[in-house]
Amino acid sequence: MGAFSDPFDPNTILWSGCPCGQHRNMAEHRAAMGGANGSRFACEAADTEPAAPSLQAVSTPVPENKPSYDDTDALLERCVEQAVMKGIFGTDVNRRGFLRAVGGATALAAISQIFPLDVAKALAAETKGALEKTKLNVGFVPITCATPIIMAHPMGFYEKYGLDVDVIKTAGWAVSRDKSLSGEYDAAHMLTPMPLAITMGAGSVATPWTMPAVENINGQAITLHLKHKDKRDPKQWKGFKFAVPFDYSMHNFLLRYYVAEHGIDPDKDIQIRVLPPPEMVANLRAENVDGYLSPDPFNQRAVYDGVGFIHMLTKDIWLNHPCCAFAASQGFIDENPNTFLALFKSIIEATTYASDKSNRKEIAKAISPKNYLNQPETVVAQVLTGTFADGLGSVRKEPDRIDFDPFPYHSMAVWIMSQMKRWGYVEGDVDYQTIAKQVYLATDAQKVMTDMGLTPPTETSKKYVIMGKEFDPATPDAYIESFDIKRT
Amino acid sequence: MAASLRARSLVLSVVLFCVFVAIWHFAVQTGGDTGPAMDPEYAALMGETAKGGSALPGPLQVGAELWKHISDPFYDAGPNDKGIGIQLAYSLGRVLLGFLIAALVAIPLGFLVGMSPLFHKALDPYIQVLKPISPLAWMPLALYTIKDSEVSSIFVIFICALWPMLINTAFGVASVRKEWLNVSKTLEVGSLRTALLVILPAAAPTIMTGMRISIGIAWLVIVAAEMLVGGTGIGYFVWNEWNNLSITSILVAILFIGLIGMLLDLVLAWVGRLVAYQE
Repeated sequence: MGAFSDPFDPNTILWSGCPCGQHRNMAEHRAAMGGANGSRFACEAADTEPAAPSLQAVSTPVPENKPSYDDTDALLERCVEQAVMKGIFGTDVNRRGFLRAVGGATALAAISQIFPLDVAKALAAETKGALEKTKLNVGFVPITCATPIIMAHPMGFYEKYGLDVDVIKTAGWAVSRDKSLSGEYDAAHMLTPMPLAITMGAGSVATPWTMPAVENINGQAITLHLKHKDKRDPKQWKGFKFAVPFDYSMHNFLLRYYVAEHGIDPDKDIQIRVLPPPEMVANLRAENVDGYLSPDPFNQRAVYDGVGFIHMLTKDIWLNHPCCAFAASQGFIDENPNTFLALFKSIIEATTYASDKSNRKEIAKAISPKNYLNQPETVVAQVLTGTFADGLGSVRKEPDRIDFDPFPYHSMAVWIMSQMKRWGYVEGDVDYQTIAKQVYLATDAQKVMTDMGLTPPTETSKKYVIMGKEFDPATPDAYIESFDIKRT
Repeated sequence: MAASLRARSLVLSVVLFCVFVAIWHFAVQTGGDTGPAMDPEYAALMGETAKGGSALPGPLQVGAELWKHISDPFYDAGPNDKGIGIQLAYSLGRVLLGFLIAALVAIPLGFLVGMSPLFHKALDPYIQVLKPISPLAWMPLALYTIKDSEVSSIFVIFICALWPMLINTAFGVASVRKEWLNVSKTLEVGSLRTALLVILPAAAPTIMTGMRISIGIAWLVIVAAEMLVGGTGIGYFVWNEWNNLSITSILVAILFIGLIGMLLDLVLAWVGRLVAYQE
């Protein structure tokens, strides 16, 4: 008996002084509306749920004859039906009498004959900002970093926002970038430095790209071949061959940072090669590389197959560093603002769901099959739960081995650009703050997360401490200067 | 005598196969050595290989996997997980399409080059430079300019199938016996009729040889191309199984790739026999 009751049910009351049926008159209704964050559906929600529903509350099942509050299309249809019923019958007594006499279904059919209900619904849907397209292709590289993007498919987060998304497995980052640039993918899983590099034209033609959300934080590791199990000090690594998944990756920048802090020049003392993640274990087995800093599950997979051991988790280099990203072109956002918003929300909701450690086992089960990661479930579960074999004979428990936090701080972008400049991937002056604000959509994320009832951080930039050295996003050039090993 | 030779060769083939399987079976046995002792909690997190199992599957495992794929070749469990039959069909479709387009371009162009010494001299340097380029080297360029991975992989097939057909057609056309051409000249046959009724049948066996080489190369290249761009096809299947380090499935895929390649070759060899002639 609320705003969205079925008008074809003879037992509901549509007319009761205010549009939602909860208050005696409009004055009371307005008072209630204003008090609940101005949400248009809040007066109903206030009675049954907290004013700002948490994610768990949102995902609870709704009664059958009322549309879910997330399903704005269904809500809108219901509104149109109600308006038509009110217009036809004039009073509630007439409507209920008619429905009792002929039944709801017959009434619907009869009224559809004389009044174009579907057309009215479609018109209303257009004006409220309907999804420009619902069929989307989202690319991913099969690694646990992509967990939110992947799990949103089997676990129904895309569907919930009215999207029919195909998640397409991609062989590597270069292909993912090219397929995104060519428009085959509407949005894609990328590495956090990639949208910056694409926007700046490093390694590809400059195209405005955006990163609405970070996928995962932490979640990488340095894996070494078992034969090096006594060489745990990076100073002993001279002449080693390392692999990273892509030039413009946190993996590359973290590995360079880590060895450089130990006095090893990443360009002269060791060799760093680019290998697609799936090929890393095979190359490590063949001793083509001595180790790698790569995304999981390929660190754990090397342990699982008895090829290597986990030397160090990247969270111990920089706690809560960003890693992978959900990225879309500026063009896609401009052309499909509503679709993008729905996609953005489904990703944030999936990421938030993944950040709850009690959900990790369930997620591991959902994303391990052939259609997604195609890995043994125990490998994925070891990565996500943080209870894992280290390859040297002991079981480690690191619950924050991988974590999920969608918020794209501008300071992350500035750090990444500082490293791109430090290692010579970009030359000349870099307009750090402008590019960071253009590509990392932190302010949009704040707004959307608040709308969803989440609490985003209030600041979009912060200082970091990486291996004991402070990084201040306000002075990136001085930060680069402070390193002994650099290419500038 | 011929029949008994065939029977003996068949027996020898079967024996060779059995010997091969037996050697394979015993080579991957690890002989009860379970490797270093492990803490049970740790062992539960480790794979078979780490516990002393062989990294290579035995013939029984491959056989079981093969049967699994043959018994359900056309399942479709989402965009990244389809049956091996569907994947092979995707690859074959791409190869045939790229091959047909290449034939449509290469054969007329080959006629032109073969019949006209002027064109032969003018185009020869280009053909010589373009011919040895690995078709996969075109892939990034194709992806960048065509902006569609599906069309790009067909383009790669086209470009690799083009050269053997073009060169063989030109060679076949150029080496048609002068007497036959002179006879047709004496009889005042038009040049189009000469091309279709004299040169084409005379050069057909050479052209067919070129086509046979082309389809072989195209089938080789499609696997690599699909491993690069992913999505669908037998190359993607191999890549996806490599991703999971599943040697068993890769061996099955290798077997299928070999069988299909052999079938393609047999079909073109059969067509080649149809156009062959005795002088």
